[in-house]
Amino acid sequence: MTAEELKAVVLAVLKRVAPEIDEASVRPDVSLREQLDLDSMDFLNVMLALHKRLGVDIPEADYPKLMTVEGTVAYLASKKAVDSGAEG
Amino acid sequence: MPTLGSDMEDGTLVEWLKHPGDRVKHGDIIAVVDTEKGAIEIEVFEDGMLETIAVEPGEKVPVGTVLAIIRGSGAEKTTIEATPGRRPASIVAPPVLTSTTQPPLPAPPETARRLRASPLARRRASELGVDLGTVRGTGSQGTVTREDIERVAAQKAAAPQAPAEPHVRRDMRAAIAAAMTRSKKEIPHYYLSTAIDMSTAISWLRAQNEQRPITERLLAIALFVKALALALHEVPELNGHWIDGAFRQGAGVHVGCAIALRGGGLVAPAVHDADQKDLGTLMRQISDLVARARAGSLRSSELADPTITVTSLGDQGVDAAFGIIYPPQVALVGFGRISDRPWASEGKIEARPVVTATLAADHRASDGHRGGLLLAAIDRLLHAPQKL
Repeated sequence: MTAEELKAVVLAVLKRVAPEIDEASVRPDVSLREQLDLDSMDFLNVMLALHKRLGVDIPEADYPKLMTVEGTVAYLASKKAVDSGAEG
Repeated sequence: MPTLGSDMEDGTLVEWLKHPGDRVKHGDIIAVVDTEKGAIEIEVFEDGMLETIAVEPGEKVPVGTVLAIIRGSGAEKTTIEATPGRRPASIVAPPVLTSTTQPPLPAPPETARRLRASPLARRRASELGVDLGTVRGTGSQGTVTREDIERVAAQKAAAPQAPAEPHVRRDMRAAIAAAMTRSKKEIPHYYLSTAIDMSTAISWLRAQNEQRPITERLLAIALFVKALALALHEVPELNGHWIDGAFRQGAGVHVGCAIALRGGGLVAPAVHDADQKDLGTLMRQISDLVARARAGSLRSSELADPTITVTSLGDQGVDAAFGIIYPPQVALVGFGRISDRPWASEGKIEARPVVTATLAADHRASDGHRGGLLLAAIDRLLHAPQKL
């Protein structure tokens, strides 16, 4: 998956959790929780949805790396790169 | 028509999900009703056969009206209704406040206001699927012009799912206003707060979540709800309803979870028998309630029978939340943000994660001493999270 494709997945997941957002105006480098008024339950649902769609396991200790769209895409890309060998 | 809140007067039948002749059993959802509090799924409390439907879709009827007749397995008839004093009618509910994100409700009847629009504008409106009634005209005397239609169509295209539903938002605001005004007028609230050292609970939670798959992870709210539910065993006079000048203890511990809806509004559906459930189950149920509250598919029993409410505003950075009780409940417990604060212990000061738990309680039903015992019990229980 390219970074662009990952970004599209991340935005689609955010849109499901917070339907009123305009994906185009989500700033990639600003905290999602602040920008989109996500609470801890929303955030957990975002993590769950990413896990379901991409099959990536996200330990709780890694949550701080997933605070922005940019950070999330980079994190997912590195995980996918590691996992793709194992998954074939 | 069941009452889904002490301030609810009527409801509109939207849809029957079961039909005459169908078998129904306890817990089945048989109809959807639209109230000022949103679209609610109506459950049955008996097993039997749906015999007659008495209210057709689209009809608006007062609370207590018979909606349908169910012939029980033992041949006795049960009417689906709700009048104060019997189950399911006896479920006296907290005010249920509604969502702006629920499925679209039927459009409000268009008032007979005269629309000025040029013939060209009317044609463009039908081509572009724009409702003329929603367009503000900029032509002379407010006439809607072709440009107005195209501007609205362009806006719609840019925001395909504008969630704003002004009439729902207004109704929701009115329901909140009515319930909270009644509460503050009738209920003599008293307020208590306790700071709770969360270091044990947080390290336990972290260790748990390391082992748990992502789908099973816990949030602190599950610990709060369970600790509250167990603490209520020790102070049962805070778990129940104040009805007709007397306290009636809840038959179980049904914890209403205040859920803020995106775009505004609030709903507090119940986790039933929260004292009997393990943390994993509680977490799944709370998570499911949040999802369904925001999607607008809550069930009548969830809205109708919380025996106490918990609110958690910690995610917004709030230190402590002193709530307004949902009548006819007699207590509301609030949890603020868990944050590192200086904590004195054994003669030393160190930074520890601390949460402020608050209680708003009805002084007619309990006194401050008993309320204090509830907070003390919650504190004690949160220090032994492995037992929750």
